[in-house]
Amino acid sequence: MAGWRTHTGTALLLPLDNVDTDQLIPARFMSTPRSEGYGKYLLHDLRHDEEGVQNPDFPLNTCPDASILVAGRNFGSGSSREAAVYALVDAGIRAVIAPSFGDIFASNAVNNGLLPARVDEDATSTLHAALANNPSEVTIDLDTGTVTLGQHTLAFALQNNWRTKLINGWDDIDLTLQHADAIRSFRDSRHSTDGWAWPATPN
Amino acid sequence: MTAPRTLLDKLWSGHEILLREDGTSLLWVDRHLVHEGSHHAFAKLSARNAKVAEPDLTFGVVDHYAPTRNRDKGMAPDIARMIQTLTRNAETHGIRLFDLKHPGQGIVHVIGPEQGLTLPGLLINCGDSHTSTHGAFGALAFGIGATEVAHVLSTQTIWQKKPDAMRITVNGDLGPGVSAKDIALNWIARLGTGGAQGHAVEYTGSTIRNLSMEGRMTLCNLSIEGGARFGMIAPDDTTFAYLKGRPFAPKGADWDAAIEAWKELKSDADAVFHRDVSIDAAEISPTVTWGTSPEQAVPVDATIPDPASLSNGKSAAAEAALDYMGLTSGKPIAGTPVDQVFIGSCTNGRIEDLRAASAVLKGRKAKVPGIVSPGSALVKAQAEQEGLDRIFIDAGLEWVASGCSMCVGMNGDLVESGKRCASSTNRNFRGRQGRGARTHLMSPAMVAAAAVQGEITDVRPLLIDRAA
Repeated sequence: MAGWRTHTGTALLLPLDNVDTDQLIPARFMSTPRSEGYGKYLLHDLRHDEEGVQNPDFPLNTCPDASILVAGRNFGSGSSREAAVYALVDAGIRAVIAPSFGDIFASNAVNNGLLPARVDEDATSTLHAALANNPSEVTIDLDTGTVTLGQHTLAFALQNNWRTKLINGWDDIDLTLQHADAIRSFRDSRHSTDGWAWPATPN
Repeated sequence: MTAPRTLLDKLWSGHEILLREDGTSLLWVDRHLVHEGSHHAFAKLSARNAKVAEPDLTFGVVDHYAPTRNRDKGMAPDIARMIQTLTRNAETHGIRLFDLKHPGQGIVHVIGPEQGLTLPGLLINCGDSHTSTHGAFGALAFGIGATEVAHVLSTQTIWQKKPDAMRITVNGDLGPGVSAKDIALNWIARLGTGGAQGHAVEYTGSTIRNLSMEGRMTLCNLSIEGGARFGMIAPDDTTFAYLKGRPFAPKGADWDAAIEAWKELKSDADAVFHRDVSIDAAEISPTVTWGTSPEQAVPVDATIPDPASLSNGKSAAAEAALDYMGLTSGKPIAGTPVDQVFIGSCTNGRIEDLRAASAVLKGRKAKVPGIVSPGSALVKAQAEQEGLDRIFIDAGLEWVASGCSMCVGMNGDLVESGKRCASSTNRNFRGRQGRGARTHLMSPAMVAAAAVQGEITDVRPLLIDRAA
């Protein structure tokens, strides 16, 4: 996974609260191998009617080139399905800006290079007002933790460890394997003092 | 003297291998549960040519795609492929699998505890947000995404930033017809679906102490619907009695050592919580959702709220929810006709849930069709031994095999577009039970009552002169 420090792209307003992971990708698409691409499933049932025809007024359909979504509170709440993040990433989305995120979604996002940028109420209002009629170019800077739209430069919150990870594009498994000795010694010590923590053999 | 510690502090430090400068901990994972949906993670593992680090601590479960009917008559190709993929991955990596033929098959969050795989003091991960269920035993249990599943498979560890500790205290006696489900819907309606984001919730108080393990699991299960990745309850004699003799639970001297260790697993008297919430059990009524988010819930004797009266910018979402649900504000929620009912899921598919529902249905007929899917094959067998299956069947409901079923809409059990379902599940999200499906969350007893009346109704009058 490639790291990144700044991104400039088209920001699109998705003025909805509680965009849960079932809406981001309905469960019926989740048996698809990732190699087939998940972008077409993003918000599928909001973007299409029951016959599969695109709803021309839905924000993502009016602006398919958007790479930044500005949404309402509690974005990505619900299930742990990482497919919700795959759908966003495969549709070209690099960042979601919202007042709050589901905890599991946010950590899945960072694991796939997608920024969950948390902004306060004032910044939310500013962004929603600025994007209400048209998508607009926005620049995100991970080092300074800011979003710039025209003359507005607004701060976003992001856990420090997540910032580092997004910038470096780290693969956690490689990092963790550097601690193999510490892991082994923890395991051995737990096994000798808390042997009950290992599954018993069923009778 | 050391500072007083919360249950979260004790569980966290007991698993912390190292703490990185940026505040992230590397934690040891005692149990890792995988299901058909874990195929992305296994694919990541193959891409790295990696092996599962601790196959003995990893358990596979067929539940998300498990057909609940006609298992022997062939299944849809995509469902069969998902189940075969898990079977192949389990074989390749030497992982014990609870497959469709296993006598202990069932929903991962039902069978973990049932098999004694879930124990106090363990760190338990599963690629499913309702992993918080296992916290009912005093375990550190949380749902993870596919990248994290691949990480746990490869290393038996997980990087995690410690959440803040939050305490929800519930004291007093629950009224008749009021259950753990109602406690959960009540606090989520009060605090909102984001109310506990970033927190681990510890439930405490006399009401919690008096809950059975089944009730505690329901409560911890729903923590994620209030935004908390972790829910937990300090273990006590109820916990120990539930676990003793379970197949994978400690035996002999290990059991005695375990009990000694488990008795320490409680928050110290003066421990400080980042957030503290108190609820009076007497104020909790049978509760039902009216919208498309679990926070959009009211007591069954209340009216559907007017979106304009809602604060915190929740009006627009409420209006959209009412439109989707086909409901009118100001009308009582009771009396809303339902097309079908569902009893089951990792939230409310345990034996106590089936007993509560059957107590309402006994000798009565359902006015609408519905499915009852026990949480596991063992729950099913127990229910049949108690004759509960006859009560459901005689009432006109379908008694089917165990799986995630109509909760998640992956195995073919779906609610049709525009149809309204009274459901004992955990998410009333738009489209969760099927495209255009209208879901009302409530307790199993309330679902049974809705079946009897053909509409959302207060279960309490139906319980008069019967044992609940």
